[in-house]
Amino acid sequence: MATQTPVRPDAAPAAPVAGPSKQGANPDRGGAGTYLALGIGLILMTIPFLWMAISAIKPEAEIRRVPPTWLPETFTRANFDELFTRLDFMTYFVNSTVVAVAVTVGNMIFCSMLGYALAKLEFRGKKVLFAVVLATLMIPGVVTFVPLFVLTVNLGLANTLTGMILPFLAGPFGVFLMRQYILSLPDELIHAARVDGAGELRIFAQVILPLCWPALATLGILTFLGSWNQFLWPLVVATNEDKYTLPVAIALYAVGQNATQYGLLLAGSVVTVIPVIAVFLFLQRHIMQGISMTGIK
Amino acid sequence: MRKQQARAAWILAAPFLVLFLVFTAGPVLASLGMSFTDIKRTDIRTPFAVGFIGFDNYAQLLGDPLFRKVMVNTGLYVVLGVPLTMGLALAVAVMLNRIERLKGLFRVGYYLPVVTSIVAVSVVWKFLLRPEGGLINEALGLVGLPQPEWLDNPDLALPALVVMAAWRNLGSLMIIFLAGLQTIPDEVKEAAQVDGARGWDVFRRITLPMLKPTLLFGAVITSIGYLQFFEEAFVMTKGGPLDATRSVTFFTYDQFGYGNYGLAASASYLLFIAVVVLTYVQFKIFGEKD
Repeated sequence: MATQTPVRPDAAPAAPVAGPSKQGANPDRGGAGTYLALGIGLILMTIPFLWMAISAIKPEAEIRRVPPTWLPETFTRANFDELFTRLDFMTYFVNSTVVAVAVTVGNMIFCSMLGYALAKLEFRGKKVLFAVVLATLMIPGVVTFVPLFVLTVNLGLANTLTGMILPFLAGPFGVFLMRQYILSLPDELIHAARVDGAGELRIFAQVILPLCWPALATLGILTFLGSWNQFLWPLVVATNEDKYTLPVAIALYAVGQNATQYGLLLAGSVVTVIPVIAVFLFLQRHIMQGISMTGIK
Repeated sequence: MRKQQARAAWILAAPFLVLFLVFTAGPVLASLGMSFTDIKRTDIRTPFAVGFIGFDNYAQLLGDPLFRKVMVNTGLYVVLGVPLTMGLALAVAVMLNRIERLKGLFRVGYYLPVVTSIVAVSVVWKFLLRPEGGLINEALGLVGLPQPEWLDNPDLALPALVVMAAWRNLGSLMIIFLAGLQTIPDEVKEAAQVDGARGWDVFRRITLPMLKPTLLFGAVITSIGYLQFFEEAFVMTKGGPLDATRSVTFFTYDQFGYGNYGLAASASYLLFIAVVVLTYVQFKIFGEKD
């Protein structure tokens, strides 16, 4: 399925990959054995997704058959119908989308603002501020979620999407990524704009920001994926079913009374995973670029 | 001029700073504070009117056999997961670095699980690991190997989760290692070959040492990830069987669920300390002799 999509073999040369880009004769060129090993690995990497998709369109009885059938003997939409009729997966899908879009937009705006200040402006406390951003990358989410929940309840934001979004509206990763990118832009642009009498904030908005779109695209995609897949915080904030996101819903169904309904759970996984895989296959160049740029996922 | 820059810088920094202070710095300190109190769910509206109990929570945790077990489990996730994930990622990266065709296809394929929800792939793997009719045991049966009850066996459940996690995570390390490999100039390898070094020698004496900074970085981020192991166990085993897959994060979440906020905060702080210590140790071991 997904992996059969043709992919340009030269799919990321635009990335500013560190180091010399000399493509001389490779001294240890891999042969058929290398391709065979990589091919077997590729099958192992993708087979869980194929099996998920194939099984999700089988009736529950066929899913449980031992030994399993390969292709569905009976094709059915029943599992998906149940997700969207008996269960409220449309709501979860919308919740996931709203949260992910809001978090993505917030990070793109706020992180590029601070990223620019850290990359190009001179001010006291800059080094400390950057050190704080880097240190924040190391803080595990589990350390903050208990007091964060107490705070959220007292702000009246428990069981709201706002409560899910706010704490993640500006993350350290985005600041780091935007700073690294903006550092590579020439200072002359800014000097010239200053000579022309442009104010500092206008320089950011009208000179720098338009040049940032490759980094913004990368940041946007990575933030969206991260938010879409986030689990612990939405699990804690969503005290009622109407605010579940897709991962929260699937996890709670998987450990609850639907634990043995594989058809339903696999269909839920398809609904969660397929949009993300589609986005990834479409935009994978930006993702690979971003990772090479910062060294972090 | 400089003043204007400073003013602009703080205006640009303001939204991030406000969000950071309220939702990160504040909670990090509050969590530390809470870990020295007996705060419970019933205190949620009056979080400052709670009793200070010193290190009692920490003492209780370290005396609790269950907490000791989840610490050991978390250690196992790191000790088993980090080498497995790094080894696989390095093998794939080295092979990818040696080919020209289909490179993009392989890179996308190996990276694919990284972008997917852990919860969703955990559901899929629970299905794959079913003792009867699960794809993995069917495959083992075909070649005459035993077909264990992976997730119901206390000795096999944790390793099974580690394998799944390695499958999901190796892609991001692969990309990082590949970028590192590309910084090694071909001339260096060629020179070694002229001197008579064979493939494995070149890898061990040239590639690995030159890749050290990248490997260190990979080890640090992978360790931090496995120290926080949670979602896979939540979905696939509920922490069982017999708490064999329960992690420190899982324990913290459980205590939060029971309303023991102070205890949860102290458990999370012990994990935080482990993250910092492990990072420091790895820099010490790997970073030396440069």
